[in-house]
Amino acid sequence: MSSEHAHTASVGVVRPQTARFSEPLTLRGGMVLRGYELVYETYGRLNADRSNAVLVCHALNASHHVAGYYEDDPDNTGWWDNMIGPGKPLDTDRFFVIGVNNLGGCHGSTGPSSINPDTGRPWGGDFPVVTVEDWVDAQARLADQLGITRFAAVMGGSLGAMQALAWAIRYPDRLRHSIVIACAPNLSAQNIAFNEVARQAIITDPDFHGGAYQLQGTAPKRGLRVARMVGHITYLSDDEMASKFGRQLKHGRLGYSFDTEFQIESYLRHQGNKFADYFDANTYLRITKALDYFDPAFACGGDLSAALKDVTAGMLVVSFTTDWRFSPERSREIVRALLDNRARVTYAEIDAPHGHDAFLLEDPRYHRLVAAYFRRIAAETQA
Amino acid sequence: MSGANGSQRPDFAAIAQCVPRAAHVLDLGCGDGTLLKYLQQSRGVTGYGVEIDDAKVLACVDNGVHVIQGDLERGLAEFADGSFDFVVLSQTLQAMRNTERIVREMLRVGRAGIVTFPNFGHWKNRLQILRGRMPVSDRLPFEWFDTPNIHLCTIADFERFCAERGIRIVSRTVLSNGRPVKSLPNLLGELAVYHFSG
Repeated sequence: MSSEHAHTASVGVVRPQTARFSEPLTLRGGMVLRGYELVYETYGRLNADRSNAVLVCHALNASHHVAGYYEDDPDNTGWWDNMIGPGKPLDTDRFFVIGVNNLGGCHGSTGPSSINPDTGRPWGGDFPVVTVEDWVDAQARLADQLGITRFAAVMGGSLGAMQALAWAIRYPDRLRHSIVIACAPNLSAQNIAFNEVARQAIITDPDFHGGAYQLQGTAPKRGLRVARMVGHITYLSDDEMASKFGRQLKHGRLGYSFDTEFQIESYLRHQGNKFADYFDANTYLRITKALDYFDPAFACGGDLSAALKDVTAGMLVVSFTTDWRFSPERSREIVRALLDNRARVTYAEIDAPHGHDAFLLEDPRYHRLVAAYFRRIAAETQA
Repeated sequence: MSGANGSQRPDFAAIAQCVPRAAHVLDLGCGDGTLLKYLQQSRGVTGYGVEIDDAKVLACVDNGVHVIQGDLERGLAEFADGSFDFVVLSQTLQAMRNTERIVREMLRVGRAGIVTFPNFGHWKNRLQILRGRMPVSDRLPFEWFDTPNIHLCTIADFERFCAERGIRIVSRTVLSNGRPVKSLPNLLGELAVYHFSG
């Protein structure tokens, strides 16, 4: 999408804000964060009875910059700008939308590149491993600070969807609806395997220095590059890759060398380079761990229905037919467990060719469905 | 979206009569969710619809009906045994490829089932066959070559089907022009509504 088009129904110029928390947060892994900051953005207006707030949770590489653009950087459009804005499926004329950079992130919230108050130096590899539940707990404190006792909805795709699901489990009284897109109730062995390849690429990069690379004035960019390349393979469907790149050659002939020859190689390298320039390796390691650890059924002996028994939120679960990373079958596991609990669940399986990435793209069937669901929420909350 | 009143589809009121108040209902092939909405409003039921078509799933969301997108031909794997009071298959049986399997699935996930279908034995259909043509009518608006109705049956056929499989018919309502038919149902009935259990 061109930035010009994006701006036509955009929330416009946005400004990130910082929330500070001095109450210690005990993490799942046992460590206690004495204090921390979360960077967030808001769009639309909180209504008088504070009933129209929607929290949008981000996935692996994204941030609090969900919609709109920055005054000094108009091309930096929010990562879900096609979904959120005036008249868009999540309509900012009706809802007050919050995007937040998660704990351990590298876009301004407290994370591995922040200063550890105990040492006066960057946390680096000493920053604790954080989980989806830790993120959700921190988001709940942000909601407290903003005076929001109950969200109209919490919404996310992929890892963001896991947060939306965790919200429905952990804070059933604090959300009316949970919108869970391209999700899985836990990672498969194959999913974990891809994450481990990514982590090993980073950790074995000589520039990693046990995570203390900032002190060395360097960064494990080669590892991060490979990690991102592996990730990108899993975000696209085989068909999408075939139609986008096929066996197309960059220079029209074979070079019998190890330069980029096929277009797909060029694409992956480009994505890897771009990513390594802005993303922090320690954050990447932690986010892949959060993915691996997410497994609400684990505490209930593998019984997902038992794990979801306290869910009272209305649930919209959406999957995409060509998503092989988190396939529709994985979403149906969530649906099945919700049905066992007679939860208020709607499930849609969108026939889209784009694989896992489909949740970020503008597909009319997908967007119409989300828009219809939000109209329902608006009717309920008089938003 | 039109409102959910019983006049829209003549079988709705007959279905509602079978369903006790506040029952947990699964509506298979629920379309735009009109029947479920009607049952929610008239009988206070809870439950879900199952629908395969994107546009109809969207209409269900607009109608405030909980819908699970899925293909009935693949069975009802998402639904646990005995998890519903009633499973409804309204004017869809005749379009199913695997008729026997869906009836068995209905009785697996529900304590009782309700099936409605156009009666192929209605005299107008018989007359058209006698004239040598496949029937086309208000109830069966399709030509033979484009019909989704691949398993049409008569009232007598369905009752034999149930008898041979040990399926107990709890009640039967046969309708013509939206009114109950008392005599010669297989000849005078346009639409059959069966309430059955395992």
